[in-house]
Formats: sequence, structure tokens, C-alpha cells
Amino acid sequence: MTVIGWLQIVVFFAIVVALVKPLGGYMTRVFNGERTFLSPVLRPVEAGMYRISGVDETREQHWLTYTVAMLLFHVGGVLIIYGLMRLQAFLPLNPAGQSAVAEDLSFNTAISFITNTNWQNYGGESTLSYLTQMVGLTHQNFLSAATGIALAVALIRGFSRASVGTIGNFWVDVVRCTLYVLLPICIVYALFLVSQGMPQTLGDYVEATTLEGARQTIAVGPVASQVAIKMLGTNGGGFFNTNAAHPFENPTALSNFVQMLSIFVLGAALTNVFGRMVGNQRQGWAILAVMGVLFFAGVAVCYWAEASGTSTLQALGLSGGNMEGKEVRFGIVASSLFAVVTTAASCGAVDAMHDSFTALGGMIPLINMQLGEIIVGGVGAGLYGMLLFVILAIFVAGLMVGRTPEYVGKKIETREVKMAMLAILVLPLMYLGWTAVAVVYPPAVASMANAGPHGFTEVLYAYTSSTGNNGSAFGGLTGNTFFYNLTLASAMFVGRFFMIIPAMAIAGSLAAKKSVAASVGTFPTTGGLFVGLVVGVILIIGGLTFFPALALGPIVEHLAMNAGNVF
Amino acid sequence: MLREIRPAIVLLLALTVITGLAYPLAMTGLAGVLFPSQAQGSLIEKDGKVIGSALIGQEFKDDKYFHGRPSATSAPDPADSTKTVSAPYNAANSSGSNLGPTSKALADRLKEDVDKLRAENPSQPVPVDLVTTSGSGLDAHISPEAALFQVPRVAKARNMPEDAVKQIVTANTEGRLLGLLGEPRVNVLALNLALDRAK
Repeated sequence: MTVIGWLQIVVFFAIVVALVKPLGGYMTRVFNGERTFLSPVLRPVEAGMYRISGVDETREQHWLTYTVAMLLFHVGGVLIIYGLMRLQAFLPLNPAGQSAVAEDLSFNTAISFITNTNWQNYGGESTLSYLTQMVGLTHQNFLSAATGIALAVALIRGFSRASVGTIGNFWVDVVRCTLYVLLPICIVYALFLVSQGMPQTLGDYVEATTLEGARQTIAVGPVASQVAIKMLGTNGGGFFNTNAAHPFENPTALSNFVQMLSIFVLGAALTNVFGRMVGNQRQGWAILAVMGVLFFAGVAVCYWAEASGTSTLQALGLSGGNMEGKEVRFGIVASSLFAVVTTAASCGAVDAMHDSFTALGGMIPLINMQLGEIIVGGVGAGLYGMLLFVILAIFVAGLMVGRTPEYVGKKIETREVKMAMLAILVLPLMYLGWTAVAVVYPPAVASMANAGPHGFTEVLYAYTSSTGNNGSAFGGLTGNTFFYNLTLASAMFVGRFFMIIPAMAIAGSLAAKKSVAASVGTFPTTGGLFVGLVVGVILIIGGLTFFPALALGPIVEHLAMNAGNVF
Repeated sequence: MLREIRPAIVLLLALTVITGLAYPLAMTGLAGVLFPSQAQGSLIEKDGKVIGSALIGQEFKDDKYFHGRPSATSAPDPADSTKTVSAPYNAANSSGSNLGPTSKALADRLKEDVDKLRAENPSQPVPVDLVTTSGSGLDAHISPEAALFQVPRVAKARNMPEDAVKQIVTANTEGRLLGLLGEPRVNVLALNLALDRAK
């Protein structure tokens, strides 16, 4: 580890924190339906969309209606992606002549993109046409991100409102999020990425004759427009097979730094939106502090492990850390930081191959996802995931002093705690359950690329990543098989919607409650004690759930490596 | 609930047109005007023919050229399409090795490559990036140490003094952005082109 390395990490987090307040203020105005500086341009488009779709923007929805609207929207999304992938051979904008994608892979990819997972069982440049990338994937990157943010805002409204039966209008939230937040940032961002060297063209793959006279086919495409929303919306599904490690998907150290910022910025700003909407910004900062503590702990371990290298490298006298699977322009520190950022949020883009990380370095992304991706988290999903843990922490605090817990003026009662537990427990059920099945099913075992405990970690990582809607992978695992395509899709589906529905039920039940004034007996939720309590609850629940699985994978691999074993 | 069906269909289509067609096409148009070279893939031409991209690494085997990092990319086996064969720097199918820290295959490969490099230049320690594969398999860069390590071989193959080759390496070394971001590096293709120009 070097001083300059740590400086990169600190500067990164400082910039994220500096952006939280201005962006939080802007997003609050957007979701409160107020005018913004973009309204003169965008308001006519917005009003036109409500007119043609018959949406009455003043009519708010009950939590059930809100959730059903969201689900209907996603059914359409699945059909569009699936249809495009199956029919791409007959459709335009297919200069590389890609053929139809198989049924199970198309299904997996469709579920993957509507759930904001963006798991890559496909290899972008070798499988998909430009039309599929644009209309299928770029488009769904926007919508799954907008949906996540809309749901988080709906849950915030549950906390901030009192004695009402509605939590907002799903259509208005999605349209406003797309038009006022995502699209304007992406336009500027995509052009910046092109300036750094990212292609943005509909032309054919380039045929080059190298300096030594060999032929090299260079895949290009409309990359920048997709990468902008892929990062900003914490989607993470790459244009190319190797995602943000590919020089065209992440050309420079600066593009890498800005990509990491863009993964965190909306999720972090949502904590401020929360603070503003419940009338006390310090409530938002307290949540961000919980995230910050967990974030720095993860970065420290991952950076240390990667900089230390492996015993194989050390035995050969190779210093400079574990560079297998990493790019020279990013080096150890930017690769470790990216791995922590992308799994803390539910992004899943990678700028280095996690499969080749050291055992402990690769365990940090795994833990980040198993905690539920609440360290900033996916846009929206991170905040509502974190609020579920807050509800639990408040409940534990209430048990300690023997009174009904309150949070930002709302009594937390049986229904909320039950729903929070349901959402939290469904995640390990998916990733531990499917891992257990896969490691005893011979065709699934055959997909492992590495032998020994590392192979087990590959499978555990795959189901953890898909359940958490992350999408990063230990890429050696051959996931494009019938078994994995279907089981991973089921993990993504359950991981997304079985978390959303309880969260929306909580939103509805909170919105209907009276607001109670804080008294001397109220547990203050803006101080260090609260931050410590939430961090503790997260680590205890997380640790109890997945520590045994980690012991079989990365921990035993680390011990084996130190003993000089290879598999 | 039934009245949510119409917005579900209409808004999905409207947003598809805006974000899936209008946005990427507008970006393609704008990028082509503002940054025409980057938008096409930062291609390098020599004598009117495309010889590669400034950002994408290519394979160098000749002693008179600096070599890039090992690459784990593959291509379909021409004899049997269900299998793949090693095809370094295949820019139509990026891929890392995905070998883990306790992989025997990785340990064996590293040992073989380190032995080869030690035989080539026993006077300097082997730089780690010269024996590890990159994440994309298309890394265009090597570390300055990895370039300096190869100077004796290149100088000998070209009948140039080592100092002259070293100077070209130094001139082609890029530092950190603002002294902070990224790592010091040398673009192998740019370095080799500079070398060809020098002699």
C-alpha cells in the first residue's frame, strides 16, 4: 500500500460527499414535483408523455397499486429484451452479423436487465447486435435505475407523510427520474467518456493489420451512451465481455475515476433526499456515516490483500502486488477501489477480474454483496435496503429499553419488523440455497474454472451477485448453461422483487400512521451511538448468515495459500 | 389496477424511443462531430492502412519490438467450433484468465514465463506485469520497469545503443494524471512506432 494509493481513495470519497448535498437538493425538488432549471425544456416532453399515456399526474397511488404498476412495467421490459435477442439476426443495426441468442440465455439476460442485475452470461461483442445493445440494454438500464430510485422515494414518502393512504404515483416518479435526473447527466457524461477514447459509432468492427503484420479485428460500437447509464444507474452490464477492464469501456485513469464516482453519486445523494423529505438532513448524514464506516473497512482489507500479492507470486520473487487480471493503467489501488465500490453499490461493473483476486481481496466484494449492498447501494435499492436494517436496529434498541421504537417520528411496530425480516431473510435463502444445490449437481460443478475452494467461491459468488442484483462475477465460472441460466434468473428475480414488495408494504403502512413528536424517551437517530448500533446490527446479521459459507471458500483458500498449496 | 395497463404499454414504448433510440443516436451524431477520432476507436493509420487502435494492445513477438503483457483471449477453434484456442489480443472477444490465487495452472504458467525472462535478462528483477495477464487481455500498456527490462534485447536486435533505446522509452512514459490518478505506464504500440521512426 502506498501514500498515493490512499490519497486516491480519500479524494474519491471526499468528492462523493461533496456532491451529496447539491444533488440531493435537486433530486428532492424533482420528486416533489417542483420546477427545476431544466423545466423549460423538459416540462413539455413530460406533459406530453402523461397525455398520450392517460396518466393523471395529480392522482396518487396506494402502495399496492404503485407496486402493481411497477410490475406491469417490467413485464413489458422482459418481452422487449427477449424479443430483440431472439430476432436480432433479422433486424437492422447488426453489422457483425450476430445470430439469434438461445432461449435460456435470452431469458436470463431479460431477467438480468429488468432487475438491475446485468449479469453477463452473454459476451457483448461476440453475441449482441447494436440494436439489441441500444434498444434492449441501454433502454432497460435507464428504466431499472429509474424504478429503483422511484421505489426508494416512495419508501421515503412513507416515513415523511402522516395519516395518508398513498405513497406517490409510480408513472410520474419514473418519468421525472428518467427525464430530469438520468438523461441530462448521461448526455454530458457520455460525451466526456468519448473524449477519453470510448467509441460511439454504428460502424463495422475494424479490420487492422498490426505492426507485425497479423490481422486484428477490433470490436467497436455505440459504447459511450450505454456505459454512461450503466454506471450512473448502477446497472453494470458491459458493452464488452470484460466490462470496464476493456480499454474501450474504460480508456484512462480519469475515465476510471469518474466511473467510480458515478456509481456512488446518486445512491449517496438519496440519503440526503431522505433527510430533506423527513425534515432533518442530519438523519440522512447519519445513514451515510454508517455506509462510510463499512466502505472504508472494506477498501482497507481489499487494497491490503491485493498489494500483498499471493504466495505463488512471492515465491517467484515477483513484487508489486497481484497483477493477474488487472490493467496496468489502473494498477493495484484503482482496481481494488473499483471492486469495493462496484459491490458496495449494486453496480457489478468490473475494471479487473475478481476471479483472479487474492482470496481475501475477493472476499470483500462477496461480503459487500451478502450484506445486501447497502453501502451506498444500487440507486434506490441501496437506500431501501439500508432502511430495512435501520428498522431492525431501532427495533433492537427498543427491546433494550422496553418501549415501542420510533424512527423519524414513526412508531416501528410488528408489521414493519416482520416485513423487514422477510426482505432480509429471503436473500440468504436464495444465495445459500442455490449454492448448496449447485455444488452437489455434477453438471453445475463442471462449470467451475478453478479447482479446490476457489471453485466453490465462484459458485457462491455467482448466486450472491445475482440475488443481490449486482452482476459482477468470478468470471471463470461457465454460467451460460441451462442450469445456471435458469437458477441465476430465479435468484435475480426473487432477490429484486421479494425485497421490493415488503419494502413497499412498509411504505404503505408507515404513510398511514400518525406522526409522533420526539420526546425525551426517543432514541436519537443522528448521533454516533445510532451509527454504531446500525453498523453492529448489519455485521451481526450478516456474519451469522454467511460466515460458514465464507469459511468454506475464501477463508480456507487463504489458509491453503499460506501453506503453499495449489489446486 | 386495470387502468395501469395503458400507461405501462405507452410509457414503456415512449421511453424506449427516447432512451433506446433517440439518446444513443444523438450521442453518436454529437460524438462524431466533437470527437471524431475517439468515436471511431482512436485508430492509428500508417501508409493509409489501419494498423490498430491507440487504446488496444496487440501481440508482439519479434525481438526488435517491445512486448506487451501475456493475453488470455481466445477464439473459436477453426477445426471444432465447440472448442476455443488461444488467440492473444483478440480484440473481438476480450477475456481475462480468471485463474485464482491457488490455481496450479497459473503457478505453472508464471514459473515458465519468469524462467524465460530471467534467461533473457538476468540483471534485473522480473516485473510482475510482464508475466501476468491483464483483465481484458487487450492491455495496451506495460509498466516503465517492464519496458526498461526489455531494453537490452531490443537494443541488440536493432543494433542500437541501449541508451538511445532507453531515451525513447523515457519519452514514451506517461505519468499519473495530476500526480494522483492511475499508474505510470508505457503504451507498447506507441513505443514501437517511435522505435521504428528512430531507425
